[in-house]
Amino acid sequence: MSQIIFITQNQERYELSAESGSLMELAKANRISGIDGDCGGVCSCATCHIHIHPDHFEQLPAASEIELEMLELEDNVSDTSRLACQVKVQDAPEGLIVTVAN
Amino acid sequence: MNQKCIIIGASHGGVNCAFALRKEGYQGSIDLIDADPNLPYHRPPLSKTFLNEDLPISQYSLWAEESYSSENINLHLGKRVLRILPESKTIVLDTGEILPYDQVVLATGAKAIMPSLPGIEEAKNLYTLRTAADVVAIKERLKSLQNPEIAIIGAGFIGLETAASLRKLGHPVSLYEREERILSRVAAQPTADYFSALHQAHGVQLFPGKTLSSVSETGNRVTMIFTDGSTKVADLAIFGIGVRPAVRLAQEAGLTTDSGILIDDHCQSSIADIYALGDCCSFIHPRYRRLVRIESVQNAVDQAKLIAKNIMGQSLSYEALPWFWSDQYDTKLQMVGINQGYDNLVVRRELDNDRKLSVWYFEGTRLLAVDAINNAKAYVLGTKYMKEDRLLDKELLANPEVPLSK
Ligand SMILES: Cc1cc2nc3c(=O)[nH]c(=O)nc-3n(C[C@H](O)[C@H](O)[C@H](O)COP(=O)(O)OP(=O)(O)OC[C@H]3O[C@@H](n4cnc5c(N)ncnc54)[C@H](O)[C@@H]3O)c2cc1C
Ligand code: FES
Repeated sequence: MSQIIFITQNQERYELSAESGSLMELAKANRISGIDGDCGGVCSCATCHIHIHPDHFEQLPAASEIELEMLELEDNVSDTSRLACQVKVQDAPEGLIVTVAN
Repeated sequence: MNQKCIIIGASHGGVNCAFALRKEGYQGSIDLIDADPNLPYHRPPLSKTFLNEDLPISQYSLWAEESYSSENINLHLGKRVLRILPESKTIVLDTGEILPYDQVVLATGAKAIMPSLPGIEEAKNLYTLRTAADVVAIKERLKSLQNPEIAIIGAGFIGLETAASLRKLGHPVSLYEREERILSRVAAQPTADYFSALHQAHGVQLFPGKTLSSVSETGNRVTMIFTDGSTKVADLAIFGIGVRPAVRLAQEAGLTTDSGILIDDHCQSSIADIYALGDCCSFIHPRYRRLVRIESVQNAVDQAKLIAKNIMGQSLSYEALPWFWSDQYDTKLQMVGINQGYDNLVVRRELDNDRKLSVWYFEGTRLLAVDAINNAKAYVLGTKYMKEDRLLDKELLANPEVPLSK
């Protein structure tokens, strides 16, 4: 069980916990605004863009080439951008903080 | 007085429209109706992971059940809309209910085609692949057999994805296509060649240029007979030969239809307060100036969001650049744009990885569309170039020594 904190563009803060699945699925299950997940989590739509807290970014497994390329031209892209569907809850460090990009 | 919005069809388009209406601040009632009894689900996995993994359809839900009640969306599942009566602004359900509306959104999608050929009506073990129930039936048939042998008719995206998913399970798959090559309706030769080679490398038996003429039952199996006289006996046959947009309701209500329900740039049909979106509708795409009917998640979702805003009083025109993806084995195809009317192509390979390919469709000098295979960079840059109407140097574009750049 990991605790994960989502912060939306409106500065709403959600403290969630989950055992499995992706950060996108967790966000959808909790109706977090700004995460649409239109492609269902297959790295095709980029509607699940998040920023990982800089202290946690390195602790996650690296992004695949496709994920990086999908992010490259997104609005609000940062050095710690990820697609939430590509980050597994299991890999998240305890207390992971993410900010929704849109 | 409170408004009433009725959305017919609760799939990618209808569901997104309901949630978008709430996001935009719609205060009235929202009734979201679908004949399918399952909690609305993602359709793309049906031919992909839902087909070859053992998870229930509830794993692929668009939203959790509670989300509908939290957003005050009345979800009516397992109910069919029989009629729309624009004069009285009501709709009639197969349960006998009559619901009044202020706005209707038609998100009725499309139905898979089963050809009408001799023997089809009588034969068992023939399947289409459009709904969760279709796939559950296919999976049950597969489970009842030791070594199921599968024939797929039609080598478009559904046929190819189905072949890939079933090969992953190790089943023998033969794929028949009427045209001389696969993906003939949707992609150019280089893209088709790539996927032909990919499927052959994974052991799919490909038979282009074969037209089915009839079928017959042979014991518990089915025999397919082609116009050249050849035959194939299989345990089951899956048809991926295209869809028919669900326009009957619209036609009976007096709406103008073409290949689909005709909508204007605001996604409004020919009758006031009736909107349509997604697979069921046709419209003139402003960028391409041609009448199109687009079958993709992107188109259904983007039109849904635009309709929600227009119902809330905005006056937005739909001009989104279409995009689509298809996953087969470990290969990802991403398409952007509409390639109809292209007259020349640039094919680009990459030095770092021979699994990557991109096919660039032009009309003269104008970039119309890109097929990017295992190459998201080509996909995102192609999108950017099109949005900017960038004039590209085709020689540089084709040169793998020159990296693609912003
Ligand atoms: C197997 C498969 C794989 C796909 N893969 C991809 C992919 O990888 N990428 C991609 O972009 N797109 C893909 N698509 C296409 C995508 O799923 C469709 O474009 C999308 O579902 C269209 O959404 P829609 O809401 O317009 O219509 P649909 O999804 O067709 O939904 C229409 C709904 O309306 C309901 N309905 C119709 N008439 C009535 C009535 N009278 N009363 C009540 N309910 C009614 C139907 O039951 C249905 O649930 C795939 C489609 C299939 C079938
Ligand atoms: S859900 Fe589509 S890219 Fe993450």
